[in-house]
Amino acid sequence: MSATTPVPTDPHQYLATQVRWRWIEIVFWLATLLPFVLTPSYLVLASQIAITALFALSLDLILGYAGIVSLGHAAFFGFGAYTAGIVSKYGWGEPLTGLLLAGFAAGLLGYLMSFIIARFRHLALIMLTLGFGFLLLELANSMGWLTGGADGLQGVRMWPLLGMFKFDLWGYTSYWYALIVLFLLFLVCRRLINSPFGLSLRGIRENVIRMRAIGAESHAHLRKIYTISAAVAGVAGGLLTQTTETVSLGVLDFQRSADILVILILGGAGRLYGGLIGAIIFMVARDQFSGINPQYWYFPIGLLLIAVVLFLPNGILGGLAQIGASERFQRWRGRLMLGRSSSS
Amino acid sequence: MASVFGVLFDGFAYGMLLFLLSVGLSVTLGMMNFVNLAHCTFGMIGGYVTVTLMNSMGWPFLATLPAAFIAAAVTSVVFERTMFSRLYRSSDLDQCLLTIGLVFVSIASAAWIYGTIQQPVNLPNYLRGSFQVMGVTLGVYRLFLIGFALVVTLVLVLALEYTRFGAQVRAAVDNQRMARGLGINVDRAFAVTFALGSGLAGLGGALAIDIVGLDPAFALAYLVYVLIVVSVGGLGSIGGSFVAATLLGISDMAGKYYLPEIGSFLIYFVMIGLLMWRPAGLFGRR
Repeated sequence: MSATTPVPTDPHQYLATQVRWRWIEIVFWLATLLPFVLTPSYLVLASQIAITALFALSLDLILGYAGIVSLGHAAFFGFGAYTAGIVSKYGWGEPLTGLLLAGFAAGLLGYLMSFIIARFRHLALIMLTLGFGFLLLELANSMGWLTGGADGLQGVRMWPLLGMFKFDLWGYTSYWYALIVLFLLFLVCRRLINSPFGLSLRGIRENVIRMRAIGAESHAHLRKIYTISAAVAGVAGGLLTQTTETVSLGVLDFQRSADILVILILGGAGRLYGGLIGAIIFMVARDQFSGINPQYWYFPIGLLLIAVVLFLPNGILGGLAQIGASERFQRWRGRLMLGRSSSS
Repeated sequence: MASVFGVLFDGFAYGMLLFLLSVGLSVTLGMMNFVNLAHCTFGMIGGYVTVTLMNSMGWPFLATLPAAFIAAAVTSVVFERTMFSRLYRSSDLDQCLLTIGLVFVSIASAAWIYGTIQQPVNLPNYLRGSFQVMGVTLGVYRLFLIGFALVVTLVLVLALEYTRFGAQVRAAVDNQRMARGLGINVDRAFAVTFALGSGLAGLGGALAIDIVGLDPAFALAYLVYVLIVVSVGGLGSIGGSFVAATLLGISDMAGKYYLPEIGSFLIYFVMIGLLMWRPAGLFGRR
């Protein structure tokens, strides 16, 4: 009775309705161009937001759609960031191929790890992702000859993009570069999760035993999406390296894994735009409050996290969708009442 | 090498510290399957209570220990009743997020009240110093720590095995639904266990100050160690936690002494290997 639009029973029809572009999505993507005109002095921040959004999108693929809880997703982000940095430091500063390499390297690492990840759930899974995250951080810390250790990787120099556009100080090139990469990978993810493959991932998330019973290959699916997610995270890391021309151990930090989780949950996991909205809100808020000590900054973040879990289980987008549905429900009921009174 | 015994001794003392910090989490996780990442926050509360009582009010060290226990236990019950109990049927993700949020809030609060510096602790004279036994240097405080932890372990094991309440807790860990069906008030047993476990963590936090220091990052830095102990030892198993904590303490200490380059990530390797071999932990039954 609360369903306003009937859900199509035919799966192909259902996917077709999901794939169709809604006007609000087009408005959203057009709005991402606004910083060029409205806030040209904040383009560096805008590019950071785009990179964070891409990272959040990659986590959404495994956490929101496949139900793999990861407390160590920064491992792939950092691996991509270091790959892009090291490639550039040793003489190949071409951005696009560097980015591809970063994505490929992180994807490869993700593929290797997926064989372990797909076998576990619950506490063991949380512990494994956490352990891998710390393992990689310690590895980068101790391999100072390659990564620069705690001092960070020095000497990253990027060549102009496509041989024409230099990375400028105001973040002009950085922003449109990050935005285009984000948009392209967003299209890929959108297509992916609205495919039968994406649908079976959601099935695995909801009930893995039943999916196995109806013959869906859950392990292979989980491995596939984990690899893709790792590659996307690697690309995001590579973007960060290329736009800031430096890499520090912070890219592998537990804090980064936790932050991205907060961003995704805040925006709404299991929704394509959840990570994007979350990234915008989180990064803008952090920029506004950047004057306060980072130690204190985690007070509002923690409170927010508690509040979201207790009162807004599906994030901001989930809450909005709920309100929208209930409003439409009200209107629908109002019209129904009107019709009834006129007929009687 | 004479120092082998020294490393073993220090590692064992360190392991006992980890055991005190993690045994509560092991039992509560086994009972309710609630992924409580805020467990070390209670340890931190205990540590700060001890520091405050000693440095501002001049309490003797030993007298602050019960206070640390009680403060951590009471805080945990308040959290449990107001927040955690609403999420027992939620996904692990929600539980993780709520408790990570608590960790963040506690870290920021501690930084705001006490600053980010390491807190000093002045041990009484009879706990300081060391003596030599057959060429091995034994720290008095570490001996005290080991003795203390062994007594706690003994009390815990005896209480679990021979009291009515202990039997209820064991029943709830083994099969929560069956225990409920038999009329055991699992929720109340859980609340009490939770308070006791958090109190022990608070005690661990207070005892840890002299060995590992105390700053706001404590709640996050030792979380990993505690989770390793719990997941390697197996949920709901005191013996498992004891063995895992001892192993972790000794291997971490030995790694830092003998292999400083790779010692810090050796423990993660060991943990991942053990988890892949036995996902339910060394002594876990599920």
